[in-house]
Parts: sequence; structure tokens; C-alpha cells
Amino acid sequence: MDVSVWRGTAEGAFQTFQVPARDSQTILDVVAWIQQNLDPTLSYRFACRVGMCGSCAMTVNGQPRWTCRTHVKKALKNNKIQIAPLRSLPVIKDLAVDMDPFFDKWVRAEGVFHPSKTRRDKVEALAPQTAARQTADAGIECINCAVCYAACDVVAANPDYLGPAALNRAWTLVNDAKDGGYDKILEAVSDHGGCHNCHSMGNCARFCPNELSPMTSIAGLKRATVKSFFKRKA
Amino acid sequence: MLDLRLYLLQRISALVMAPLVLGHIAVMIYAAQGGLSAAEILGRTQGSLGWALFYGLFVAAVSVHGAIGLRVIAHETLGWRGRVLSGATWLVFLFLLSLGARAVWAVTVP
Repeated sequence: MDVSVWRGTAEGAFQTFQVPARDSQTILDVVAWIQQNLDPTLSYRFACRVGMCGSCAMTVNGQPRWTCRTHVKKALKNNKIQIAPLRSLPVIKDLAVDMDPFFDKWVRAEGVFHPSKTRRDKVEALAPQTAARQTADAGIECINCAVCYAACDVVAANPDYLGPAALNRAWTLVNDAKDGGYDKILEAVSDHGGCHNCHSMGNCARFCPNELSPMTSIAGLKRATVKSFFKRKA
Repeated sequence: MLDLRLYLLQRISALVMAPLVLGHIAVMIYAAQGGLSAAEILGRTQGSLGWALFYGLFVAAVSVHGAIGLRVIAHETLGWRGRVLSGATWLVFLFLLSLGARAVWAVTVP
């Protein structure tokens, strides 16, 4: 099959390689085969190869995907595959993007744990069936692959926007009984690049490889920020 | 580009507009069905505090809602930001408000 791969940085071009088709072949297998057999200078990123680490996301035939769990058969169009780096992130080289802006936004969204107890306090028992815990559980399987970030048209149009992954993380912390940063998080996601910029288009939920719905999390943040605004006024 | 304050203004202005739009459509249908002339309509609206408040509030909500909506498009599609973006938002708001206020004034002030 014909595989065209992005070479270069922001400036560059697609280079076409002939790759033999195999059974149960993933997109990551294709990229690795090119690097090992045709061009050792091809740059890309991967680690676990089993859909846990979130390192290998790329744009495959125009759509963001986790390449280690994407079968060639599923992505193939007219016996052709085009592989490009993720959208909305600076390209370091070929298929590897700089993830710094993505993770900087996690920090800006207060997507960090805010401890509320000391080592002398008892460990808090968490009842898994409470509504808040179930809401948090619905979002915690994020593997930070940035597929949603690349899929999001608001991120593409508005570089300040925190993006679906960071806001989803913020929402899981808002619903986490162990986290003490409720007000701080709501303040962080209410700023100029915050959750209120989401247009609810749902690309994040459509493309999330773990089938999470960051859009639902963002809607939750919108409700929580509005509630807390009127509570503070009252 | 949209913070909580602008988001709230956008949602609240939409909430205000929804019933007013329905009222406005009802009035239009009523006026057209009944065959009211311009003079007859003006006879009912001029000097009416109720109609002045109805359309005054409508105009205010439209101005806020339209300005914020266009602000989003100007930022995401045209890439405007900072002071230019804020200035444009205020200009659209004032433009819509002045157009609407002029109409409300003409129809309700005797």
C-alpha cells in the first residue's frame, strides 16, 4: 500500500513509501516499519504500544487517532494512508509534536491535585456509588494523548483555549472528594481561555480513543461556574 | 476570549429574548391578520410604557447578544484579539443599541 508521511516541521512535505500489508497491522506498525526498513531518520513518538501511555497519537487520513490501537484496515482509504502530526501543536520533526502547550494548559486549568489533608489525618473513605464519584469516574480514564485537543476546532481557532483534555481533568477534580481546590479550579476555568469558549461541537467525544466525553465534562464546568457565581453574589 | 461574565451575559440575554421573540411574532401576526394600518399601530404604541419597556428590553438584549456572538466569530475566524476585539464588541453593541433605541423612540414616544 501507499503510505505518505509528513516530513519536516511546520514547513515540509509528504513523502510516499511502499509498505507491505500484513494481517492485524496497526498504523504504528506501519510507521515503525518505514523507520526500521526504509528511512531511519523518520521521527515519531511511542512507548507502550497497547493504548495506555498516550504517546503515539497522529493524524491518520485527516483524523486524529491513537496509532498503536488503530488497525490499518480501519483507516485505509483507496489502499492509501496519509500520516501527519497532530493538529494545533508545534511540530518538532516529522510526526513528533511538542506537547508542552498541551500540558501547560493542564496546569493553567488547575488540573493538579490540591491536597486537603495532612499525613496525620485519616484517609478519607470514598463511596464509589455517590453521584459526584461516578461523575469523576466517568472522566478519569484519560491517557493524555491529545487526540481531543487536535480534534477540537475551537482549539484550532483560539490558541488561548484550554482545550477538552485539561477541562475534563479539571471537572474530575471538582467532583473528587479528596481534592481541596474546588474554588481555585472554577476560577481557573472561568478565565478568558476557559470552559465558556466551548461550542459543544463534540469532536472531542467523537474522537476520544477511550470513549470519554470531555464535552459533557465541560458542560458540567459551565453549570458549576454559573452556580458558584450566583452563590457568591447571594 | 469568553470569560464567565460574557458567557453569563450571552445566556441571560438569550433567556430574555426567547419570550420577547415569541411576543414580537404574535404581535406581527395579530397586526397583519387584523389589517391594522400604520396609524392604528402607532395609536396603540405611542405613549405606552408597556410597549416601550417590551421593545426597549428586546433591543438591549439583542445588542448584548449580537455583540458577543460577533465577538466570538471575529476572534475565531478573523483572529482579532485584545483591544481591537474589545473595541469591536463595544462598537457593535452601541451600533445595535442606537439603531434599536431610535426605532423604539420613534414608535413609543408621542
